[in-house]
Amino acid sequence: MQVLSVLWLRQMRRYLRSRSRIIGSIGQPLLFLLALGYGLGAVFERAGEIDYLEFLVPGIIMQTILFSSIFWGAIIIFDRRFGFLSELLVAPVSRLKILSGSCSGGATISLIQATTVLAISVILGFRAQSIWVYIPALVIMAILSLALTSFGAALASSVEDFQGFQAINSFVMFPLFFLSNALYPLDSAPDILRILASLNPLTYAVDGLRYVLLGASHFSIALDVAVLLATLVVATMFAVRQFNRIQI
Amino acid sequence: MQRSAIEAEGVTKRFGKLVAVDDISFKVDGGEIFAFLGPNGAGKSTTIKMLTTMLRPSSGKLYLAGHDVTREQAWARKSFGIVFQDPSLDEELTAYENMELHAALYHVPKIEQPERIIDLLKLVGLSERKDSFIKTFSGGMRRRLEIARGLLHHPKVLFLDEPTLGLDTQTRNVLWDYVRKLSKSEGMTIFFTTHYLDEAEEIAERIAIIDHGKIVAVGTVKELTKKTKTKTLEQAYLKLTGESIRDETSDANDGLNMRSAMRIRSLRG
Repeated sequence: MQVLSVLWLRQMRRYLRSRSRIIGSIGQPLLFLLALGYGLGAVFERAGEIDYLEFLVPGIIMQTILFSSIFWGAIIIFDRRFGFLSELLVAPVSRLKILSGSCSGGATISLIQATTVLAISVILGFRAQSIWVYIPALVIMAILSLALTSFGAALASSVEDFQGFQAINSFVMFPLFFLSNALYPLDSAPDILRILASLNPLTYAVDGLRYVLLGASHFSIALDVAVLLATLVVATMFAVRQFNRIQI
Repeated sequence: MQRSAIEAEGVTKRFGKLVAVDDISFKVDGGEIFAFLGPNGAGKSTTIKMLTTMLRPSSGKLYLAGHDVTREQAWARKSFGIVFQDPSLDEELTAYENMELHAALYHVPKIEQPERIIDLLKLVGLSERKDSFIKTFSGGMRRRLEIARGLLHHPKVLFLDEPTLGLDTQTRNVLWDYVRKLSKSEGMTIFFTTHYLDEAEEIAERIAIIDHGKIVAVGTVKELTKKTKTKTLEQAYLKLTGESIRDETSDANDGLNMRSAMRIRSLRG
C-alpha cells in the first residue's frame, strides 16, 4: 500500500511544484470555452438551437481530461530519458503496481484540472440541473481520467522518444477530440461524422456527463457508462502490456 | 555447501546478430569485492543489466545466492542494490523524497525509514541538503546520493556500475572506505565496474577482465600480473585488451544503442 501511495504522491508533488504546468493546462480549455462558447454561441442561438455554452461545457471538461491525461503519459518518456525509470523497473515491485500508482496520480491531476475548468464554467454562468449532480459528474470524470492516463502511459511506453510520442499524439488526440460530440450535437451532424463519433469512446464520456449535468443526452446513460468502463478495462490492459515490454 | 553470491554459467547476450556478451562464466563469493574491468563496449554494463533483471540473457544461467535471476526476478530484485552508470534520480524531488521513494519501493519498514535515510545522507555528506531539489545538485552530489540510495535497503549484493565516475579524490576515498566497511561488517558482496585501474587494484579482491564480450582473465592482481608477466595491473590490462581505442558505443546504454543500431541496419536493408 505504501508503494502505491508513494508513487501517487510523487506525481502530485511534481505537478503541484510546476506552476507553469498548472496554468498552461487550464488555459487551453478556457480559450476553447470562451472563443467557441461566446463566438459560436450567438450563431447557435440564432438558429434556434440550445444554449451553446451550456452544451459546450461538458465537452470542454472532457477535452481537458483528454489532453491532460495523454500528455501526462510523457512522464514515462522523461523518466526513461533521465534514468529514473531504471530505478522503478529494478525495484522489487510488480510493474502493474508501478503503473497503477503512477496512473492514479496522473488521473488525479487530470481530475483537478477538469474540476477547475468546471468551477470556472460555473463562474461564467454555467448551471447544472441541480447541485447534487456534481457528485456523479465527478465519478464519470474520474473514470475517464483513469482510462485516458492508462492510454497515455501505453502510448508513451510504445515509443522511445518525445518526438515519437508527439507524432502519435497528433494522430490520436486531435481526431479523438474533433471526431466526437464535444463541440457539436450529433443529432444534426452529417452521417459520416455521426458514425465516426459513435465509434469514439470520448463521445460516450461527453454524452454521459451531459446526461448527468444537464439531463439531456444522445445515447442512454447505461450505454455511456458501459462504454466508459469497457474503455477503462481495455486501456488498462493495453498499458500493462506495453509497460511490461519496456526494456532499458 | 555455501553457494556463491553471484554465479554466471555460459551467459550470452545477443542483440540481433551482435554478440554483446559471449558465453561468460564466473563466480563471486559471498562478502567478496569483485571488479569487472574492460574497455568501452566490452559488455560490462550488459552483464550488470542481466544480473539485475533489466535484460534477459539470450542463453546461459545467472544466479544470485543460488537463485535463478531470470526465473526468480522478484526475489533477485529484493536482494541486490544497484548504482547505475547513468543518473537515475527524480530531479523534481528533494534528496529526502528520492530516498523515501526508494525505501517504500524496497519495503523498508516505515518507522525505520527516517533514521536510516538521515544516517546515510550524513554518511555521504548530504544531510544538510536533504530538502534541496536534485536539479540544484552537482554531478558529484547526485552520485553520492545514488550510492546512499543503493545502500538503503541493506542489499546482500551491491552492484556499482562506474560509481566513481566524475567524483573527486576525497569523495572517492570516503565512498570506498564505506563500501569496504560494509562488505566486512555485513558480509555484503560488492560487484563493481570502473575505468580507474588504480581503484580496482586497491579495492578489489579479485578482478575479471572482459573484452569483446568474453572474459579474458580472472584473478587477484598478483595472479593477473603473473599470468601476463607484467608488473602492474595497468600493464596486465593493456596486454590483455590491446592498446587500440574502441568505437564510441558508450556502454552507458549499450543495450539501447545496439538495439537502435540493429534497427538502423534493418531499415537500410
